[in-house]
Amino acid sequence: MSRYSIFSLARHSLRGHRDWPRAWRDPEPKPRYDVIVVGGGGHGLATAYYLAKNHGIANVAVLEKGWLGGGNTGRNTTIVRSNYLHMANAQFYEHSLKLWEGLSRDLNYNVMFSQRGVVNLAHSDAQMDAHGRRGNAMRLNGIDAVLLDREAVRAMVPDLDFSPRARFPIYGALLQPRGGTARHDAVAWGYARGADARGVDIIQNCEVTGIKRDGATVIGVETSRGTIMAGKIGLAVAGNTGHVAAMAGLRLPIETHLLQAAVTEPLKPVLDTVVTSGAAHVYVSQSDKGELVFGGDLDFYNSYAQRGNLPAIANFTTALLALFPRFSRLRMLRSWGGVMDMTMDGSPIIGKTPLQNFYIDGGWCYGGFKATPASGWVFAHTIANDQPHKLNEAFTLERFASGHTIDEKGAGPYPGAH
Amino acid sequence: MLLITCPFCGPRDHVEFTYGGDATLTRPDPATASDADWADYIYLRDNPKGPHLEYWQHHAGCRAWLTVRRDTLTHEITMTAPARKAAGGESGAGEAGR
Repeated sequence: MSRYSIFSLARHSLRGHRDWPRAWRDPEPKPRYDVIVVGGGGHGLATAYYLAKNHGIANVAVLEKGWLGGGNTGRNTTIVRSNYLHMANAQFYEHSLKLWEGLSRDLNYNVMFSQRGVVNLAHSDAQMDAHGRRGNAMRLNGIDAVLLDREAVRAMVPDLDFSPRARFPIYGALLQPRGGTARHDAVAWGYARGADARGVDIIQNCEVTGIKRDGATVIGVETSRGTIMAGKIGLAVAGNTGHVAAMAGLRLPIETHLLQAAVTEPLKPVLDTVVTSGAAHVYVSQSDKGELVFGGDLDFYNSYAQRGNLPAIANFTTALLALFPRFSRLRMLRSWGGVMDMTMDGSPIIGKTPLQNFYIDGGWCYGGFKATPASGWVFAHTIANDQPHKLNEAFTLERFASGHTIDEKGAGPYPGAH
Repeated sequence: MLLITCPFCGPRDHVEFTYGGDATLTRPDPATASDADWADYIYLRDNPKGPHLEYWQHHAGCRAWLTVRRDTLTHEITMTAPARKAAGGESGAGEAGR
């Protein structure tokens, strides 16, 4: 791997940028690998990278049915935060945030991580109390949190509707200053390049169509490019976890749902933080290109379609304009949909399964992007050691049957409610 | 936009309906069910990529609970029936509540 630096940039610019080497190889699949990771999004590629880097397991293939990062890695709204209430979530996502803070340097790839802060608005006294509680819980877990009053929010985000007639009056907000955004594609590409350089085979256009078992042990996969055997298999196919796990005969506590987002036309800098409102069901940030990136709720029916319907877009756009009346004259550039593994408690599933040598990393609901580094970190550990890392030992598949759900919202076993 | 043909009200936009989830689940008999039976019923789903039997309530119309067969990949709706009738009797309707 040739390192990227100011010197390599200068050297290549003198040659007109005509001979940059490939960032990763395009190998033919081998008949057998020590580990197969199914899914070439951020999570799968991060898993392969940390298998090679942290555990010395480099005879690894990442199988991707389309192109790298073409699923939810390329469809999310790039927000990174660790403002969780429950200890298992807080510590896991905080580990992720710490990895984000050093990721560009670790990967020698600019993931454009921008710690512009995440502002979670409160629109009532009760919400201020809830934000205070959450902020205290975060600080007890060593995570940064600042409770802002109305005037402090106004100083940070003056374009919010502070008028007496505001549909969502601003009482204050919970700010996580270290939260922010990152460049989503760069995360997939950076991990792919790093994994490839350590010997991992990244195989695109290779769809898994079946999972081979020998009794209760998983031994390989059938793919659109032939049969590939493996010592261990890890799934990182969130959105399709239920579908792929069913090939191995597993039923999961997951429903697949549709989530949409949209961007406006680009404009000059107008919003230098991430603003979210749980009450209004909307969140928004401004991309480095200048587009406002925003989204809200699920479409609320099971779907694998990766395209949604207009009512959901109308709902979150209406909410955005209620918060920011000033944005009403912008034109929408595009909208898109992705499919989410919605678990029954809103928290992910990372760990072992009832089948030997078969591991699942999924159930990311709509919060998987920020988890990418830690997800790969702990999933690689779980696969390498056949037991979970301390940070994912609570995220088991068995927690539902045993009553140890991690229900951040307290919403109960309704996947659409999380 | 999904167009759901309510057996009582005719074809209506899906925003008139509330989604009620998987319609293939059967509540276990409390007298005999084990903890594992309850965990299966409450948490596990087939979650198919393709035809899916599901409940919708026509909340902005006749308020009836319906059973709908909809493809989760194409969103094509191939069956709509009153939930009670689809479940084969009176007892089926209660399953739709949440």
